[in-house]
Amino acid sequence: MSSRLTREDVAKVAALARLRLSDEELDLFTEQLSKILGHADDMAALDLTGVAATAHPFGLINIVRPDVVTPSLNRDAFLSQAPDVQDFRFAVPRIVGEAP
Amino acid sequence: MSLPDGWEMVIGLEVHTELQTKTKLFCGCANAFGADANSQVCPVCLGLPGSLPVLNEQAVELAMAIGFALHCSVAPSTFHRKNYFYPDMPKDYQISQYDLPINSNGYLDLPDGSRVTIERAHLEEDTGKSTHLGGSGRIHGADRSLVDYNRSGVPLVEIVSGPDMRSAAQARAYAAELRGILIATGASDGRLEEGSMRFDANVSVRRPGAPLGTRCEIKNLNSLRSLQRAIDYEAARHVAILEDGGKIRQETRHWSEDLGETSTMRTKEEADDYRYFLEPDLVELSPSIEWQDRVRAALPPMPAERRATLLTIVSEPTSAQRDAVGVIVDLQLDRFVLDAVAQGADAALAIARTSNEIAAGIDSLANLSLDSFVTTLQLEASGSLSATQAKTVLAEVLATGGDPVAIAAARGFEQLASDTLSDLVASLVEAHPDEWHRFREGDEKLAQFFIGQVMKATKGQANGKAVIAELNARR
Repeated sequence: MSSRLTREDVAKVAALARLRLSDEELDLFTEQLSKILGHADDMAALDLTGVAATAHPFGLINIVRPDVVTPSLNRDAFLSQAPDVQDFRFAVPRIVGEAP
Repeated sequence: MSLPDGWEMVIGLEVHTELQTKTKLFCGCANAFGADANSQVCPVCLGLPGSLPVLNEQAVELAMAIGFALHCSVAPSTFHRKNYFYPDMPKDYQISQYDLPINSNGYLDLPDGSRVTIERAHLEEDTGKSTHLGGSGRIHGADRSLVDYNRSGVPLVEIVSGPDMRSAAQARAYAAELRGILIATGASDGRLEEGSMRFDANVSVRRPGAPLGTRCEIKNLNSLRSLQRAIDYEAARHVAILEDGGKIRQETRHWSEDLGETSTMRTKEEADDYRYFLEPDLVELSPSIEWQDRVRAALPPMPAERRATLLTIVSEPTSAQRDAVGVIVDLQLDRFVLDAVAQGADAALAIARTSNEIAAGIDSLANLSLDSFVTTLQLEASGSLSATQAKTVLAEVLATGGDPVAIAAARGFEQLASDTLSDLVASLVEAHPDEWHRFREGDEKLAQFFIGQVMKATKGQANGKAVIAELNARR
C-alpha cells in the first residue's frame, strides 16, 4: 500500500500543517502513514453493501443548545497570555496574503 | 453597462449573511456588533485546547427559514473542518458545512421575472476581524495586524447561486432581492455597512452559446454598488484580454472601490488545500419533518408576495407605481400603506407620498402617526391642500411630529372657501375678456393663465384643479 502515499505527499501535508520535517522524519512518517492508509484500504475491501455511511460513531443527531448568552471570559485574563497586545487586540506579525 | 457585441457575461454569487442570533454558532458568547474588542470571547472562540463546540438551535432554525424562503430542500447535514493558517481563526480551522449542506436546490425569482437557481445555503462560522496597521491600511505594506475575536464564531449562512446571471444589473437585483428575503425571514438585519452581508462574485465571459469561460472570483464586496461596478469592470477586463488573443487566468481578485478596478489576490496555483475532514466534535444535523414544518409555518410573507399584495390596492398600476411599491416593501412600509388605505386614504396618493416624502424622512418615521398620514392625504384628495402643500405638511409632520391640520393652518395653507374662489374667478373673467373668449373657444392653454392669476391673487393657496372646475362650470 505504500505505493499510494509518496514522500512528496507527506512533505506537502507537512508544509500545509506548518511542520518542518527532516529527511529522516519524512522517511519515517511516509512509512507510518502508509500503514495507516493501508488499514483504511483493508476496510474498503470489505463488502459494505447496505451499510449506511456513518457521520459519527455515537449515532446521535441534532445535539443543540438554546440561544442563550453565557458569560464570556474577562479579556484581561487571556490578553495577558498573548505575546503582544495593542488596543485590547492580539498583535500579530504582518500578514502575507489575504484570508482564504 | 454592457459588453461589446458578441460577448455574454456569466455571473454566480456567493452571499455570506450573519444570522441575527443572540449567541454565536458554537458557544454562548454574545453575537452583537460594535462591542469592545475581545469582550465577547470564550475558550471556544479562542480555540483553546479542550473546548468543545455545541450547535446553536436558533441558528439552525434561521438557516432553515432561509432555505425554505429560497425554495430549497432541507436534508441531513454534517460539519467539516476547513483547515488553514491565518490569525483570524485561532483554531486554525473554520467549521463549515462541506459535502452535505443543510439546504440545497432552490431558486429565487427576481422582480423582472428571471429565475436564479440556488445551489446550496449552508451554515458556517465567521472569522475574527483583522485591522492592518502601517502601510496603506491594506494588507500589502502593513507592518502588523491586530485581531479582535468578537466576530469569530458568529453564525453565517453562505448562499451559493448557480452561474445564472447575465448582467451586473441582474446580479445587483438578485443581491437586493435576497437582502429583502433575509430581512423578512428575520435571519439578517441586512446592514451591509456593518458587514452583515458580504458578496463574492464569480465572473466569466463567453460567446453566446459557447461553453463557460474561465472565471475569476472577486472577494468581499460589501455594497450593492461595489458589486455591480466590480462585475462590470471584471467582465470588460476579460473581454479586453480575450479580444487581444490572451487567456484568462483563474484567480481570486480584490476590488478597490477607490481605484474602480480589480487586482490579483492569489492565483489558482496558490490556492490553499483546505484538507476538509468531518468535525469529530459535532454530530449529524437532521431536522425532523415536524421541526421543519414548524419553521416553515412560521415564515412571514416574502417581499415578492408583499409587493403583489400592495399592488392590489391600485386597479391598473403604472410602471412608476410598481417601482414605488418596490421601494415601500424595501422600507417595510407596506403594512403602513395598507392600513392607511383601510382607514380611507386614497391608494395612489398613499403609494406616491410613502415612496417619496416618507422614504425621504424615514429616519424620523416615529413622528408620523397613521392618523396624521391619513388626515394629510384626505386634505390633499379633497383639494383642501394642493400637492405641494401636502408634501410640505408631511415633511414637517415627519420632522416635528405635529398635527397636520395645525401645521397647515400655521403655514397659511387655509382652505380657500369655494365661494371665495368662485367670486375671484368671476372677477378675473371680467377683467380678462380676450383670454376668457379664447378659452371658451377651446384654447385649453388659457386655463393655465387663469390658474396663474388665481395663484397670484391668493398667494398660492388655491387648488389648480378647483380653478379648472370653476372655469369649466362657467364655460
